[in-house]
Amino acid sequence: MIEFERVTKRFGSWTAVDAVSFTVAEGEFRVLIGPSGSGKSTVLRMINRLIPADEGAIRIDGEDIASLKPEELRRRMGYVIQSVGLFPHWTVERNIATVPGLLGWPKARIRDRVTELLELLNLDPRRYRSAYPHQLSGGQQQRVGVARALAAEPRILLMDEPFSALDPITRASLQTELSAIHRRTGTTVVFVTHDMDEALRLGDSIAVMDHGRLIQCASPLDILTRPASPLVRDLVGREEWGLKRLAVETVGDRARRQESAAGEPLAAETPLHRALSEMVARGTERLPVVDGDGRPAGVLHLSDLVRPSTGGTA
Amino acid sequence: MTSRLRLYNRVALLMALAALAAAVALPFLGFAPNRLLSGRPVPLWATVQGLGGAAALLPGLVLLATPFLRPTRFGLGLTVAAGGLFTAGLVWLAGAQAAALAQGASAAARTSFASGFWVMAAAGLLAAVDAARRLGLGAVGRMAVGAAIAGLVALQLVSGHLDALSILKEYANRREVFADAVLRHALLVAAALVPTLLIGLPLGVAAHRVQAVGRAVFPILNVVQTVPSIALFGLLMAPLAALGAMLPGSGISGVGPLPAVIALTLYSLLPIVRNTAVGLDGVPAPVREAARGMGLTPRQIFLRVDLPLALPVFLSGLRITVVQAVGLAAVAALIGAGGLGAIMFQGLFANALDLVLLGAVPVILLAVAADALLSIGIAAATHRIGVLPGRSAP
Repeated sequence: MIEFERVTKRFGSWTAVDAVSFTVAEGEFRVLIGPSGSGKSTVLRMINRLIPADEGAIRIDGEDIASLKPEELRRRMGYVIQSVGLFPHWTVERNIATVPGLLGWPKARIRDRVTELLELLNLDPRRYRSAYPHQLSGGQQQRVGVARALAAEPRILLMDEPFSALDPITRASLQTELSAIHRRTGTTVVFVTHDMDEALRLGDSIAVMDHGRLIQCASPLDILTRPASPLVRDLVGREEWGLKRLAVETVGDRARRQESAAGEPLAAETPLHRALSEMVARGTERLPVVDGDGRPAGVLHLSDLVRPSTGGTA
Repeated sequence: MTSRLRLYNRVALLMALAALAAAVALPFLGFAPNRLLSGRPVPLWATVQGLGGAAALLPGLVLLATPFLRPTRFGLGLTVAAGGLFTAGLVWLAGAQAAALAQGASAAARTSFASGFWVMAAAGLLAAVDAARRLGLGAVGRMAVGAAIAGLVALQLVSGHLDALSILKEYANRREVFADAVLRHALLVAAALVPTLLIGLPLGVAAHRVQAVGRAVFPILNVVQTVPSIALFGLLMAPLAALGAMLPGSGISGVGPLPAVIALTLYSLLPIVRNTAVGLDGVPAPVREAARGMGLTPRQIFLRVDLPLALPVFLSGLRITVVQAVGLAAVAALIGAGGLGAIMFQGLFANALDLVLLGAVPVILLAVAADALLSIGIAAATHRIGVLPGRSAP
């Protein structure tokens, strides 16, 4: 758990972060979003003390981070930045092994962990283990960057616009993989971005910042349906609002469980905007739904997309 | 073959034509009754006797044909081989002719290399170097080529085939002095490198970290570089002599190795300080940021990230420093520091050009060897980082 209590950071006369308080729960995926200069990156970099706070307290699992040695604190967290920052003179394996090496893990354990992480991030260990960073594409480099951050099994993962420099296809696949990794490991993630679609797609909760202040911290659904200020409304954007609204809920949330229908079924975790697309593509108003084990889980009607049939949120 | 003759390599053609012109028009060797008299010219054609002599010139004929060869691995490889063998063959011819002329002449008679030899040898070497570069040989490959050519000449030296040449007669007269001079020359350079690195490395790191340090240090070092070496040696004589007078028994004096080492150090500082600072400046900021974010201590970041990434640039500074110091140390003989410069100046003052050569050739070889060794070091330090020109992702 990460707690900020009235944390302030000034650079000269400019207040980058202004008395910000929030809590990130254990295992939560928290996205920080805001225009440039809003203080979101500063907040992130205060969590691992790359930037020291001027006032207020930052606690991790109840422990004030000011009482810890910065290096020890940082080795307990993963850290991923937009420009990756792989060590160009080290192989992929040695890059990933950085923090486990600092922590003194046995060699065999490090080797197994590197193999496991390369597989987790869809990089063939036989091909990439001994490669040097300059031999990799941008997307592959960031995969190694994420693997390196996860290497010592950190409880907290800090990510500063990690996918902003990647092409849309690579970005989408890394977003999917990151979601899966988060679900599997239960790591607490703090993720900075300026892209609202990315925030809505990844976050359990989204904190919107502006001029060093925290404007709103809420679930993606609430950010969409109950924006706390015009700025939040602008960040979400009016264009395709309906599709964004659909994207934050899944087919399983709205399917009519008692019904059944014929045809190629959709998985329950499919976002609703994809279900709409599927209906248009197939020319149908009803789609069968299956759960994670492939068992029938009801039917989704076109009208359910407009208005939930049973106790919706909005 | 119906295809027309086509010129592929202008450099090789230029070299071949220069060699051909020198072979016809310039004297190959000079023969004098003693070292003070100027000799009579010996043209190349007069030295070619028998099958061996003709065979020695065969690579020269190949060299004339290589500009018209397709620049394939074979064509370029042949040019490298022809250039190297041609040079070694010229040395062999000179040695054989010197031995023939020595028979029936007095012991004071001298056979020296003349302008034709130098032009042809240079043309052969340049053709080989140029072709080696076109072949895309790395630092190790180029050094192997150089070592092979040097080896062919060294074999002739060791076998005694060249003993009748004037430069080797000068060597024979100064066998002990020569070995001592080579050693002393290398020691002068090494002695200057120690304080250079002890002062230059910290200064380079400081100039990288604190802008003000760089602003203060670089103008001074730049001015030092522009002072002519003889002037700097002279400038150091007076204060050191005064210091020696104040501290009798300290061994400090205005002449000898001490002012030489100080002057060499002053010259060597600029490339070391500058390249250390530039190398560290070139370490990408995100790499340092990631290192800090992962919990490396400042010391670990410096040793594991900054130093290895700055190493190639630092080594090119070291290469400039060493090559420059090998050359400057020759001038230091003027203030009594000894070394190969002492032999060169003896030759200059005695008007014995072969004695000058006996001092100058090892200086060149020392500089070339240091350059080649450090080039290999630079290539090794660079290749993993992937910034060598022409390297790209597979």
